[in-house]
Amino acid sequence: METTAMGHAQAHDHGHGPTGLRRWLTTTNHKDIGTMYLWFSFAMFIVGGIMALLIRAELFEPGLQFLEPERYNQIVTLHGLIMVFGAIMPAFVGFANWMIPLQIGASDMAFGRLNNWSFWLLIPASVLLVTSLFVPGGAAGVGWTLYPPLSIQMGMGMDLAIFSVHILGISSILGSINIITTILNLRAPGMTMMKMPMFAWTWLITAFLIIAVMPVFAGAVTMLLTDRHFGTSFFSAAGGGDPVLFQHVFWFFGHPEVYIVILPGFGIISQVIPAFSRKPLFGYASMVYATGSIAVLSFFVWGHHMFTSGMPVTGQLFYMYATMLIAVPTGVKVFNWIATMWRGALTFETPMLFALGFIFLFTMGGFSGLVLAMTAVDVQMHNTYYVVAHFHYTMVAGALFSAFAAVYYWLPKWTGHMYKETLGKVHFWLTMIFFNMTFFVQHFLGLAGMPRRIPDYALQFADFNRISSIGAFGLGLSQLLFLYIVISCIKGGPKAAAKPWDGAEGLEWDVPSPAPYHTWEIQPQVK
Amino acid sequence: MNTGLPSRNRKLLIRLGLFSALMFGFGYALVPLYKVFCSATGLNEINLTAAPVNTQVDAGRLVDVEFDSNVHDMPWQFRPLQSHMKVHPGEVSQAEFEVVNTRNAPMTGQAIPSYGPLEAAEYFKKISCFCFSKQTMAAGERRRMPVVFVVDPALPRDIGTITLSYTFFEVEGNQRAEAQPVPTGS
Repeated sequence: METTAMGHAQAHDHGHGPTGLRRWLTTTNHKDIGTMYLWFSFAMFIVGGIMALLIRAELFEPGLQFLEPERYNQIVTLHGLIMVFGAIMPAFVGFANWMIPLQIGASDMAFGRLNNWSFWLLIPASVLLVTSLFVPGGAAGVGWTLYPPLSIQMGMGMDLAIFSVHILGISSILGSINIITTILNLRAPGMTMMKMPMFAWTWLITAFLIIAVMPVFAGAVTMLLTDRHFGTSFFSAAGGGDPVLFQHVFWFFGHPEVYIVILPGFGIISQVIPAFSRKPLFGYASMVYATGSIAVLSFFVWGHHMFTSGMPVTGQLFYMYATMLIAVPTGVKVFNWIATMWRGALTFETPMLFALGFIFLFTMGGFSGLVLAMTAVDVQMHNTYYVVAHFHYTMVAGALFSAFAAVYYWLPKWTGHMYKETLGKVHFWLTMIFFNMTFFVQHFLGLAGMPRRIPDYALQFADFNRISSIGAFGLGLSQLLFLYIVISCIKGGPKAAAKPWDGAEGLEWDVPSPAPYHTWEIQPQVK
Repeated sequence: MNTGLPSRNRKLLIRLGLFSALMFGFGYALVPLYKVFCSATGLNEINLTAAPVNTQVDAGRLVDVEFDSNVHDMPWQFRPLQSHMKVHPGEVSQAEFEVVNTRNAPMTGQAIPSYGPLEAAEYFKKISCFCFSKQTMAAGERRRMPVVFVVDPALPRDIGTITLSYTFFEVEGNQRAEAQPVPTGS
């Protein structure tokens, strides 16, 4: 690895500390840890993706072909848990580790050792989750929402899932405390809060969401655990508990959680769009306030997941209007991105393509969310494939597309090489086409009444399911191209300049590419 | 800038950690909060069988129902046991009448109702009434007879009083076909 001389103390690069496996086990360097987070999340993305393909293979035709119904339910549950907690969240923590210190001019994260723990906790958590497939009774088969009474009755796979959630929760809480402290205490002199890059802002707000709701989720699964084994009756109706209470507690966590998954993506898009429009972000302050409003509102809308669980009309109306209110700050963001592009000198490199795909598809996911927010409509659509289509438009086309945009945007900074642009574009178009092939038809399936979480279905759903399954395999295989692009970019390629994108802004472009092992040991002065 | 940074970081770490611990407790606090909220609002009492409430009753107004009784050319004494009743439209009410046959022989009669004002008639629903059938009275018999009725809530608001008037007419009874040539009251 070559080092570009930067004049001051950044020049001394490696040559100290343990090497090999011990380097990675003991490292407290934010770049090492960020890299590990990103590889871990990609590995989990592949594991969760294989589960998705098992699901789609089973649904390719009506009838039972590959999976027993119990096994199918377990695969659906683990797919959800792994993708949310194993793939998307660690990916964004990885970006935060790599980029936030670079962006705010800090030499590292505030708590290096804690950072190392946060990452390594993920390994036992994911091992617990994946190996739970092989214990007697199989993994938890209750859906990622872990609703009782079924989750009280499940076998020991459920306990493993609960412990896994505990560990994942501790990991993300520690990671969030680290990110908050880094952003609040370690900014370069002169970088006021309102001069921070949007990625740092959205992560600051996300981190507060995480420390507010992950403990509530940990509490909910702990109550499940004691209901299962220690004779409490929080949710067990046989002992006077209330299963609906779990839904309230779960979604008090669960709705902020879906914004935890998307807000860092908003931050990435808010950096990529200006870079390739060669204009500053339109409405920076309103972007900050919109992100804050979304975060605050997310605590008051959980009931829209429970319209069919039994709720008085006043409650339904409250949650319906509160949910629709979220469209306002979200709309502010979408319009700001479009206004940023207005009369900009646009070019369409791969990060920009993924950002545009994000805006287009995430807005569609937002609109199907508005449809579902209407109580009267939701009663019809609840637990159908329409919901599945909706949240994949926000989670895949939202969170995953923004993660791809981030990888392509920052890959030159990480590796010091440019990736293969043509292949990147091919990856984008394959992902775009196959994503829509997979999930757009699921809207029709949902409208026609196909329920989610079933391994078999009525014959009239066969055609759309076949299209969806073909799309899913295309989408899955396209990601192997992504892996190839990343690996070949690490191995070589045209040398990347310190600032490979002429329109990009931010301190991360002031350090050489690849970023040296230690950066900003003398903090820059921000004017 | 850099002086005192570790202690500032540590302070923030402790505060944020405490906040997380607090939120863990808040998850548990949701359990009693939920119970209190549900019992305060009654939202969760979906299995209680509430006392049936007649939603058809218009409790907002009262209608005065007056009773009147006549006999047409018969030796019967016929009177309402209450001169009037105040009822809510939609409410099921019962009034009683008393009839005495003062003759030394059995006699059959039938009561015919009429209403005042006339337009109240279509809103006055009798569910059960002695006027639905002929009444045969033994010699000197005294009998109490009920009428069960509902005033339709659609009753125009300007009608505050309804008069129900019965008149007993004599009928021949079961031998009417044979007795047809015989003049009334023979």
